[in-house]
Amino acid sequence: MDGSDATDGHELTRFSLAERAVHWTLAVLMVVCIVTAAILYNGFLGVPIGHRRVVELIHVYSGLALPLPLLAGLGFTAYRADLSRLNRFRPTDWAWLRSPARRDGTIRVGKFNAGQKLNAALTAGSILVLLASGLLMYFPDVARLSWRTGATLVHDWFALGLGVLVVGHIVEAVHDPEARRGMRTGRVRRSWALKEHRDWVDETARGTVAGTDEAER
Amino acid sequence: MAADGRLGPDPGRQQPDGTPVGRRIIVSLLALGGVGVLGGNALQSGLSRVLAPVEEHDPTGLVSLFPLGATFRYYSVTGSVPTPSPTSYRLTVSGLVRRRASYTLQDLQAMPQSSLVEDFQCVTGWRVLQVPWSGVELSRLLDLAGPTAEATAVRFRSFDGIYTESLTLAEAREPGVLVALRMLGAEVTHDHGGPVRMYVSSNYGYKSTKWLGGIELTRGQVPGYWEPRGYAIDGRIRE
Repeated sequence: MDGSDATDGHELTRFSLAERAVHWTLAVLMVVCIVTAAILYNGFLGVPIGHRRVVELIHVYSGLALPLPLLAGLGFTAYRADLSRLNRFRPTDWAWLRSPARRDGTIRVGKFNAGQKLNAALTAGSILVLLASGLLMYFPDVARLSWRTGATLVHDWFALGLGVLVVGHIVEAVHDPEARRGMRTGRVRRSWALKEHRDWVDETARGTVAGTDEAER
Repeated sequence: MAADGRLGPDPGRQQPDGTPVGRRIIVSLLALGGVGVLGGNALQSGLSRVLAPVEEHDPTGLVSLFPLGATFRYYSVTGSVPTPSPTSYRLTVSGLVRRRASYTLQDLQAMPQSSLVEDFQCVTGWRVLQVPWSGVELSRLLDLAGPTAEATAVRFRSFDGIYTESLTLAEAREPGVLVALRMLGAEVTHDHGGPVRMYVSSNYGYKSTKWLGGIELTRGQVPGYWEPRGYAIDGRIRE
């Protein structure tokens, strides 16, 4: 199950099974966190539903579990390779973010566009901040009161920010069935990839044909 | 600041051109979170002084959806809490007392009322500044009941059927411990624990039992709802 083999002329392998497992485990945990957060935070949901202790425990444990799939992914080559791609911004990424015509394909995009890179970094950072601030709130004996107040404020704001990111991510996915298929089955059509991730298609071609067409852009 | 290193494992492609912006974003967010934890208290006090009045008078309730300032979060530990009618509500005083009592809402309203303006502080950190409270001083009800010599603590029962909390008798007699009938300039709403709730100004919010239905004098404090779940039986606010 190699991450970047071309399976045939029409389809490319975009995500390995391990990567998809990481994504969907994280997705389920994230939705559980968001739903329970909404109940804990909003009186108009929290009072009719009640059972605060149970809701709180579900929220805390799915929150604690949130980084686990991300860490588990580190055991897989394809995941580490994609992490490295998401981490690194090329000069064209900044141009892509600024360009109103970013979607027309003139600025060539690798396996991930700059928006996806930003989303990945902001999501990962927010998860870590929410984890740390959540722990301070959950164990009131660990930190002084003013830090707990600060942790609550930080937790609220980062939760709101992460919520916006998740909603944005879903909206983007809703608009792109082929991208969704990529995360569901692991494969995408070559024509889609040429349009959205041109440099990645070239990169996979180089990988399989062992660098013969290096000159061919 | 150390020079940027490469991300550890690089699977055999000449990819790592560009700058590790992703990692910088993550580190920046962590720093921002740290600053927020340390300085958030001061920031929030400032913010909520400005925004709390807006929020309490926002008819749409939309402002409260954003974590702009310090607002109440509504805690209810059971499935659903009954809403007693103004005539069916009863507050009983029982246990180690010489004179048991059962008060209607009207009885309580007819007693001398005390008012105070104090913060509501949750043990998890959120706080609402300068909340107006009014109601009957608990010490007055205790005097009327006449605790026996063995009584050393007071147990509060919520009519939600599950929640209980406790104070030592000495704490319960302090000023600033109210059987609250009004808060925020109106009768205590159902969501805030109405028609009658406790307000214990010197203690974290979990000691201010909502939906108050019973007051019981006991020998020694009986651990309440939260104590087995991690909060101290001594709920005094400590900075």
